[in-house]
Amino acid sequence: MFERIWRASLAPLVAATAAIAISSIALLISGNNPVEAFVEMWKTIDSTAAIVDIINTAVPLYISGVAVAIGFKMNLFNIGSNGQYILAALVAGWAGAEVSLPPLLHVPFVFLVAMTVGGSWALIAAILSVTRNVNVVVSTIMLNYIGIGLSAFLLSEYFRDSENGGLVAQTKVMPESARLPKLDPIFEFFGFNFGERVDLLGFLPFAILLGIAYHVLLNRSLFGYELKLSGMNADAAQSAGVNPKKMVLITLFMSGAVAGMIGLPFLLADPNFLKYGDAFPVTLGFTGLGLALLGRNSPVGVAAAAVVWATIEVATRRLGSLGIPPEIGKILQGSFLLAAVIAYEVVRRRNDAAAAEDAAAATRDDRSPPPSPAPEPAPIGATS
Amino acid sequence: MSDTGGDAIDTASAPIAIQLTDIVKRFPGVVANDGVNLTVRQGSVHAIVGENGAGKSTLMKTLYGAHQPNEGTITVKGEDRVFSSPKDAIADGIGMVFQAFMLAANLTVWENIVLGQEPGSRLSLDANEARTRIRDLGERYGLDVDPDALICDLGVGDKQRVEILKVLYRGAEILILDEPTAVLVPQEVDALFKSLRELTAQGSTIIFISHKLDEVLKHADAVTVIRQGKTVGEIPDPSTVTSNDLAEMMVGSELPTPETRDSTVTDEPVLQLSGLTVKAIDEGSRDPVHDVSFTVHRGEIVGIAGVEGNGQSELVRSLVGLLPSTGTVLLDGKDVAHMSTRARRDAGVGYISEDRQKDGLVLGFTLWENAALGHHHRPPFAKGPWLDIAGAKSRTDEIIEEFDVRTPGVDVPAFTLSGGNQQKLVVGREMTAEPKVLVAAHPTRGVDVGAQSVIWDILRDARAAGLGTILVSADLEELIGLSDRLLVMLRGEIVAEVDPSTVTPAELGSYMTGAKAGAH
Amino acid sequence: MSATIDAATVTSQRPPLLSSTRWRIVALVMVGMAVMSTARIIADNGDLTSSGTFGVALRTAAPIALAGLSGLIAERSGTINIGLDGMMVMGTIFAGWWGWQYGPWMALLGGIVGGMLGGLLMSVATTTFGVNHIVAGVAINLIAPGAARFMASELFVGVQGGSVTSSPGNSGSIGSFTLPFLSGGDLFGWQTPDILGWFEDTGWFMIADVAGLSKGVTTAVTWDVVLTIGLFFGIAYFLWHTPLGLRLRFSGERPSAAASLGVSVHKMRYIGMAISGGLAGMGGAVLVLFANRYQENQVAGRGFLGLATMIFGNWMPAGTAAGAGLFGYAQGITLRTNPAELVNALFLAAAIGLMLTAFFMAYRRSLAGSGTVLAFALVAFWAYFAVKEPNNQLVFVTPYVVTLIAVSVGAQRLRPPAEEGIPWFKGMQ
Repeated sequence: MFERIWRASLAPLVAATAAIAISSIALLISGNNPVEAFVEMWKTIDSTAAIVDIINTAVPLYISGVAVAIGFKMNLFNIGSNGQYILAALVAGWAGAEVSLPPLLHVPFVFLVAMTVGGSWALIAAILSVTRNVNVVVSTIMLNYIGIGLSAFLLSEYFRDSENGGLVAQTKVMPESARLPKLDPIFEFFGFNFGERVDLLGFLPFAILLGIAYHVLLNRSLFGYELKLSGMNADAAQSAGVNPKKMVLITLFMSGAVAGMIGLPFLLADPNFLKYGDAFPVTLGFTGLGLALLGRNSPVGVAAAAVVWATIEVATRRLGSLGIPPEIGKILQGSFLLAAVIAYEVVRRRNDAAAAEDAAAATRDDRSPPPSPAPEPAPIGATS
Repeated sequence: MSDTGGDAIDTASAPIAIQLTDIVKRFPGVVANDGVNLTVRQGSVHAIVGENGAGKSTLMKTLYGAHQPNEGTITVKGEDRVFSSPKDAIADGIGMVFQAFMLAANLTVWENIVLGQEPGSRLSLDANEARTRIRDLGERYGLDVDPDALICDLGVGDKQRVEILKVLYRGAEILILDEPTAVLVPQEVDALFKSLRELTAQGSTIIFISHKLDEVLKHADAVTVIRQGKTVGEIPDPSTVTSNDLAEMMVGSELPTPETRDSTVTDEPVLQLSGLTVKAIDEGSRDPVHDVSFTVHRGEIVGIAGVEGNGQSELVRSLVGLLPSTGTVLLDGKDVAHMSTRARRDAGVGYISEDRQKDGLVLGFTLWENAALGHHHRPPFAKGPWLDIAGAKSRTDEIIEEFDVRTPGVDVPAFTLSGGNQQKLVVGREMTAEPKVLVAAHPTRGVDVGAQSVIWDILRDARAAGLGTILVSADLEELIGLSDRLLVMLRGEIVAEVDPSTVTPAELGSYMTGAKAGAH
Repeated sequence: MSATIDAATVTSQRPPLLSSTRWRIVALVMVGMAVMSTARIIADNGDLTSSGTFGVALRTAAPIALAGLSGLIAERSGTINIGLDGMMVMGTIFAGWWGWQYGPWMALLGGIVGGMLGGLLMSVATTTFGVNHIVAGVAINLIAPGAARFMASELFVGVQGGSVTSSPGNSGSIGSFTLPFLSGGDLFGWQTPDILGWFEDTGWFMIADVAGLSKGVTTAVTWDVVLTIGLFFGIAYFLWHTPLGLRLRFSGERPSAAASLGVSVHKMRYIGMAISGGLAGMGGAVLVLFANRYQENQVAGRGFLGLATMIFGNWMPAGTAAGAGLFGYAQGITLRTNPAELVNALFLAAAIGLMLTAFFMAYRRSLAGSGTVLAFALVAFWAYFAVKEPNNQLVFVTPYVVTLIAVSVGAQRLRPPAEEGIPWFKGMQ
């Protein structure tokens, strides 16, 4: 058990070390003191308020990561999750504010709208791939920009809140029945007081549910088996009777549907937003790509990656007051990602070679030719 | 009997071109060469024989500089050598022709030949000089190829000629050929050795690896036998041995000969093909499979022989539903010709693909995940939409037990298994699904002799139990030994039917190359 | 990158500059011009094929073309370079920095250097460590903007005209070139007559449009764009007519064959990626020179547009240039004075062109494809009639829609390098 944890954390630890080293060098070159910077970062996150902040930040990041991970498992690169969630957030934000339903129905309604829009937008790329052989990376990127343009158009022409918004383009505020309450009261019941500044936003349980659903889908369901199969060996999947076109369509739709949820924490739970407008965060999709890679597409891995990412973000917010550029956070994140993907690959090869040797020794089959060398690097979907 | 006649005396006393002494080469988990000795005389055609996995290819790669030996010495024309890369070996006049052709399909013949030693200057490739030199070489040695042809447009025999020209272009005097006749029919084999004799007549030395003993005895001046990484026989005069002697040295015991037993063929048809056609993608190209009709009965193995590329792969794939086809395919009376792969498998079609690593297995999956492939949506592998992991594992245990798959457990990834064990797993998986018809393509390709005989037994037992099998293979021994009927495929059509118990390899080869037209 | 080809047609690839391909391109261009000319006349929009528009189109196409060329050389040498968008970003920040400090030519050099750094970094991951190419590319795309932001905060903040999102302007402009006689350029100080301009003004079918095109691409062409055009010929010659180019191509088609003949595949892939990064970075530099400064998010996905042109061009320089021209034109018209009308006229041109394509495909018997294309054509016709004044936001999406349609329509006979994207190590067969 211990060995498994060690095995799983070796690569990220190496990567983290490399990231800290690289960032320190960058700080030194630009005339800053790395020790000072890291100490300040540590101080920033050393409070309950900061932890809550980190969790709140991590929730939409996690959803973004899972959305992309679903596709990655099948070697489908849904690079366009940005466009999917922006459109989904806009339409859901507008639709949610247009109807009035009892709370138990209102929230699922918003979910449904968001997931349908996100899924359908991704489906366009899937259909183009299946019918016209269009590369998914190219089509999802194009749909990204088309989605941005389309949502700006829809917002300014049809979906805007003309009464309250004034000159600012935004949808109507989400009515009470669709809002998710903050979770502070639950924790206060147990004696945790988060203070005045931050509230633990109410979307967290949904994020956890998503993670569980993803795990069950991937490891216990037949669809998950076929998903992994298609990602690891498309030819074998076909010979085994899997319909590759169906898989592409379903998987991309699911990826888009989950991506559609990325905006929901802001629409439903964050009192700063509760509506879609110009201030809405619009780059979370790309971050999700990095998280999926860092987390090796596993439900727990992506969660850990999201937390790390959010931690860096929160920790670097106050560096400006010391004269240290907060952008060092980006260097930390970026170098961590690159070092991690390299470390994962190196560790995977060594593990595979070791596994081959162990098996060869255990079977002691003298007359057979040596086992085939470790296969070509597993597609992105492989966890090792 | 060697056909070199009077030359045999000369080559026996010719100077030694290559001497390998006590070569040891280790890989993680296995010792491929364990003290190998090799003596090759100049101007001779020297054969190296041994079964799959004996260490022949490894030895040749050492000689060629693709890797370095852990121990031992290489002596070329009397001088010790260390080759740190193929460049060094090339510089010493050694050229290797690989079993799998090392050619870029999208590029031209001349581009493939001159790579690494391009004529012209650094700023300009001299294509014309390349073409001229290639044509000259071709004429001198009888190896004619069009320098401007694209590799993908060439046939197997031509591609091999390109490979040989590649090494000759670099001034190779010592040529190593790894299983050169594996993909050739008997007539092409004769043509190849004729060219090789041209080369030795002009002073070259040829080393070739083979496991086809009849060929070896017919064409080689000297033979070295390797078993389990060691040299077990050095024969300077092949006329003194028979292929049985060689086989015994190779294997250490008697070769399992595929024998036919009492016929189990019934007259109940289980699979009837009628007018099966797979259309070409390109308009104007020949259909890969054209109007194929035959019947497989219960308890029968129908073998399909043919030079690779004549439609066998397409036929197999269309039967399993991977390629669209027209015509009818009746499985137990039901037309499955328009059914999906999954539906056909459910209906009772088993499939052993020709390349297990490509589409028979998922190397990164565990054994139980691989055992589920193809039937994973049904019990015992699944319950409704959910995976039944316990059920899958226990079924895998059964397969491992019954089909002699050597492995420490069901949770190891498939790539840790040897080729033979992987194939046994695949065969076992298909058999336990109790198919009505088995489509088997090259079922013992790349598999050691032990596993091969296990698989042959499995196929025979299944036949005796009533299974109907279509067997596509390039191994003529396998085809002749296992088939009850033997069909020959050429240019997408069935051109001949022969009786495996009476046909000779030469006759079969003639049908396969179209030199002789057969009755069907 | 390769689209998954199940039973897609695969044609033998011919080396470039063979007459049949050449004539086919000429024919295509003529038909294209005829379509544009017809649309211009019917929609009464002279700007559709004016020299001004084509001039902007060329300028806009240059960075996209460089991105496409960058992807081409990377993939031909065996590395799928998804990360070239990030390399363009690296190019912009370095170009903005050096352009401000040292002038426009140094900006160009800086861009190349910045992009090359990205290319080499990615190659370390893919070539040496065998990381999946898409993974490594995505990582580079995520890292580059962060690194750029960091550099900007260090270099530009606190300087006049600079901020974390923008650099101060370049010191000096790179200068441009106008063809004498045909386009009225200077000849030793003497203003030559503008012959093409005269033809353009006549408004005659085809003649005015061809004149517009010719004048557009020969007037006030900045030297960086001239360099870009030259690079296309240079890279094409390099890949198909030099020994190093042959070895590079082998590294993407059959690395084992190259290795068996003593070629260092790793070295070839590094060289390929270095050149690729340099080209992408230069694309970023061209953007900086156009805007006269570095701006955050300048690249705006042009790297991916470049990849699309590479696929559209079937991994050949000529086709890539054509694709870049098309996408550059689509993006260029959004920068003209009356983009809405232009886009509307473009709808008509697209509709006519797609309809012709559909009929051609039907004639060639690929009926399924022809149906899809016809559907697109009908949508375009509807758009022309219904959307007379497209919204700004819709105008913005034009190049991306055009790209999407182009790759959907042209996605047939693809022939990517056979073994690209497959990590290769010593001892592999």
